[in-house]
Amino acid sequence: MDWLADAARSLNEATGITLTYLYDGYDGGRFLEGIVNTVLLSLACLSASLVIGVVGAFARGAKSAAVRWLVGGYTELFRNTPPLVQMYFLFFGVGALLPTVQNRWGFEEPMLGAWAWAIISLSFFAGAFNVEIFRSGIEAVPRATVEAAESLGYTRLQIYLHVVLPLAFRVCLPALNNNLVNLVKTTTLAYAIAVPELLYMSNQIWSDSLNVPEMMVTLLLLYVGLVGVLVWAMHRWEQAMRIPGFGRSAA
Amino acid sequence: MSAGRTGEVVVSLRDVRKSFGDVEVLRGVSFDVRRGEVVCVIGPSGSGKSTLIRCVNGLAKVNGGSITVMGREVNDPRLDVLALRRSVGMVFQQYNLFPHRTALQNVMMAQVTVLKRPKAEAERVARALIAKVKLEGKEDAYPGELSGGQQQRVAIARSLAMNPEVMLFDEVTAALDPETVKEVLNTIRQLAADGMTCILVTHEMGFAREVADHIYFTDRGVIVEHGPPASFFAEASDPRTREFLGQIL
Repeated sequence: MDWLADAARSLNEATGITLTYLYDGYDGGRFLEGIVNTVLLSLACLSASLVIGVVGAFARGAKSAAVRWLVGGYTELFRNTPPLVQMYFLFFGVGALLPTVQNRWGFEEPMLGAWAWAIISLSFFAGAFNVEIFRSGIEAVPRATVEAAESLGYTRLQIYLHVVLPLAFRVCLPALNNNLVNLVKTTTLAYAIAVPELLYMSNQIWSDSLNVPEMMVTLLLLYVGLVGVLVWAMHRWEQAMRIPGFGRSAA
Repeated sequence: MSAGRTGEVVVSLRDVRKSFGDVEVLRGVSFDVRRGEVVCVIGPSGSGKSTLIRCVNGLAKVNGGSITVMGREVNDPRLDVLALRRSVGMVFQQYNLFPHRTALQNVMMAQVTVLKRPKAEAERVARALIAKVKLEGKEDAYPGELSGGQQQRVAIARSLAMNPEVMLFDEVTAALDPETVKEVLNTIRQLAADGMTCILVTHEMGFAREVADHIYFTDRGVIVEHGPPASFFAEASDPRTREFLGQIL
């Protein structure tokens, strides 16, 4: 990658465009760390929010009114409040109420750090939408198909896992796609509680190297790329799950 | 009940009542089905035929009376409804196959998930049943790639894989083309010949006459008349039966 560093350096000398992360080892390291952390944060929140969606949508159909009410309350709360407010509420509000633990230098510190709260708040945020998205998919599964499974002696959980969920997934993938794309973009909010993700690390770089416009363009293009990878993966998944004679291919 | 019906009673209905809101769909229906018998329920649309057999496996809850299957009271709140459904096979008008699974998987799934059969055994059973309903070569086809008649035969194989004590057929040919009706009726005919206990709700009068041991005619939630096919079609005396048969035959 030396040629890239050389090219960036010459570009800087010729035009004044400063892409330090390509030739300055320190900036390069911070930049890479930011990318890796954004990817890790995204993957953690994607998986956790999917689990919340699947479990929450199942619980929405529970026999117990208390369980249904609880899930309904959760989705309303996290759908109808700004994600940044949620993150602050959890990090500064709930986080401060939790007991502290001693770190290895003997100092008291909060039980959960910024990373943990970022993952929790972003997963709760996207999970609330996923519950609703899965619910829409579940409602599209014909009652008759469920009755067929009931007639075969399936339990409610078995029907959910083997019949309803696989069909609901296929119906709601486009909506799910949208929400997951949104989630990856929303990981930038973790900046606000000092999680060293891409935006946070870029801020450090532009503060030191005074290359604000360059970093803005870089960030924009990088997120296009990151989200592009997700969209491509989701598209592949959608195609792999396509069934002959069902949904789109039936046309 | 006519004379000559012997054998163990598999399904028994006593004064079964069922309402949807203010509408009483079943107003006291009673009959017995014995092992190996084929019973056809016929009657005009809206007479409660489908509701009747949906009550037998607990898909619909009755409001009064009693239904027993192999001595189990379907109306009992402590009933193990899953165990009941394992012993009662049900085939629907719209087949209701699992569209995301192949024909073979459709016949295998419940064996593995519900009966906990090992996969290899479930597959052996499924392949044999698919051959029995004459669909060899279609094992890997998805329901969307099969004709209505083929799907319905897969649905029958799917139910048979659970080794039911009795099979319920809810107007299983009503959604099919005339040509494919025959395929499905042949499958049911073979089942009947094998000694499977069957309750059929049907509009296929010719088939009912040929295959049924006993025919029940329902209208407005009650059994108006019943008898073995020969006497039923020849001697039905109630004006409602005569009118229905006159329209349909």
